[in-house]
Amino acid sequence: MSNPTKPQVAFYWCASCGGCEEAVVDLADGVLAVVDAVDIVFWPVALDFKRSDVEARPDGSIAVAFVNGAIRTSEQEEMAHMLRRKAQFLIAFGACSHLGGIPGLANLWDRESVLRGSYSEAPSVVNPEGTLPQESWQEDGRRVTLPAFRDTVRTLDQVVEVDYYIPGCPPTPKLLMDAVQAILSGALPPRGSVLAPDIALCDQCHLKATKPDRLLLASFKRPHQVLIDPETCLLSQGLLCLGPATRAGCEALCPHGNMPCTGCFGPTSRVHDVGAKLVSAVGSAFDASSPDAIEAVLSTIPDPVGTFYRYSLPASRLRRKVSQAAPAEAAQ
Amino acid sequence: MEEQRVGTVNGQEPTIVAFFCTWCTYTAADLAGTSRMKYPPNVRIIRVMCSGRVDPQFVVEAFAQGADGVLIGGCHPGDCHYVEGNYKALRRIALLKRVLRTMGIEDERLRLEWISASEGDKVARVISEMVGAVRRLGRLDLPAKRRGWDAEVLPHGGPTEALAAAAAPDGR
Ligand code: SF4
Ligand code: SF4
Ligand code: FES
Repeated sequence: MSNPTKPQVAFYWCASCGGCEEAVVDLADGVLAVVDAVDIVFWPVALDFKRSDVEARPDGSIAVAFVNGAIRTSEQEEMAHMLRRKAQFLIAFGACSHLGGIPGLANLWDRESVLRGSYSEAPSVVNPEGTLPQESWQEDGRRVTLPAFRDTVRTLDQVVEVDYYIPGCPPTPKLLMDAVQAILSGALPPRGSVLAPDIALCDQCHLKATKPDRLLLASFKRPHQVLIDPETCLLSQGLLCLGPATRAGCEALCPHGNMPCTGCFGPTSRVHDVGAKLVSAVGSAFDASSPDAIEAVLSTIPDPVGTFYRYSLPASRLRRKVSQAAPAEAAQ
Repeated sequence: MEEQRVGTVNGQEPTIVAFFCTWCTYTAADLAGTSRMKYPPNVRIIRVMCSGRVDPQFVVEAFAQGADGVLIGGCHPGDCHYVEGNYKALRRIALLKRVLRTMGIEDERLRLEWISASEGDKVARVISEMVGAVRRLGRLDLPAKRRGWDAEVLPHGGPTEALAAAAAPDGR
């Protein structure tokens, strides 16, 4: 039963992989301190509370709701609205909820092509009748329903107001711990803040001293194409490390493992559109002046959108691929 | 009136946002004006210090706010006042075009041209060509598209009252 003296906390997942739930479990011993301090009233991945249990609670009675995952279905949208009503603080937890994340890359397709790709075109699928999931189905006098699958993947703040963001794919245990402590003690920055330092990742990277002021790369390389020197800035080795445009907070986990940063913490507050900012940065990092030479260097970046907007396509200024079909009608 | 029709976001006329380098293309546009050369009135010119000052974020923002095309004008290769700003623009625009193509925005909607201060006629020609090309593609009008995309979800922030009303037993 809930203890009325402790602040009530809820966790929920939307379009996500489960890694953010894992991040909570990764608190390890720290989770005991959290459980001691708060009363968890909803956490579908770990505890057996139902949606109706949350619905029965008074509006605003939950102190904090952490929501991970992007918003893809009507059910996720309803849950976001419900938790918004029940919680005093709604926190977007992790890259998908914050910026759209990996599931957000589906904004390069639309509902029909995603369903067709997954249920009939994938090589591992046998579906000779071309059966696709239906929102409602009648059989033997029984009706079964599924949530609606939307055309566009959204960030949490594109469907409800969000109070704070905890970035990362997934957020680190330290970031979650710091956030819980900040909320419990009331020492919070202005509403709408991302709860991580507003500086570039390079400032936390042990390789920063070896990063040249000006880069003159001849080509870009992917990690499997080079023998990485662990003592030298990865970007200066031609690896497309997104550290210069990414918010700090993870303490350069990936460069520590000899992998370039792929930008999961999202941008600092000065960046307006991550992908366009990276286009700018890449355009300044190599030295070619004829159109052919430029194309030759750029061809070493095989997937610019997937690289620059890896975690943030729904949060970008363009949001999704423009299709020629009228999306408003397709959605009806 | 012509003035009002152009540039209204919901109108049918395309809008081109142009970033012109003050040292060359902006001066050329001035020359085109004082020489009374004719070009379509669909272009909104923004003066910048150099084509290398055009952050790709400006281009994306112009599209997001309703531009149907973006034109960038800079000094000819070798003539940039900041030595290599125009080469930087060339590299950025080449990469930005690949990004935009993947996002379903056609190549013709973004154009980079070298136009020196004396080439007023080229300003008129490039703007006419671009307005023609964008008109053939049709409007991009991302603000209207976003409204269409959002028709599938509840209004942002609105449902708190709406859902509460729906849940109220007396059907308020
Ligand atoms: S390796 Fe990446 S994060 Fe580290 S200094 Fe170089 S660019 Fe920055
Ligand atoms: S280095 Fe970059 S990709 Fe890796 S955890 Fe940190 S922010 Fe995320
Ligand atoms: S000054 Fe004209 S392009 Fe640089």
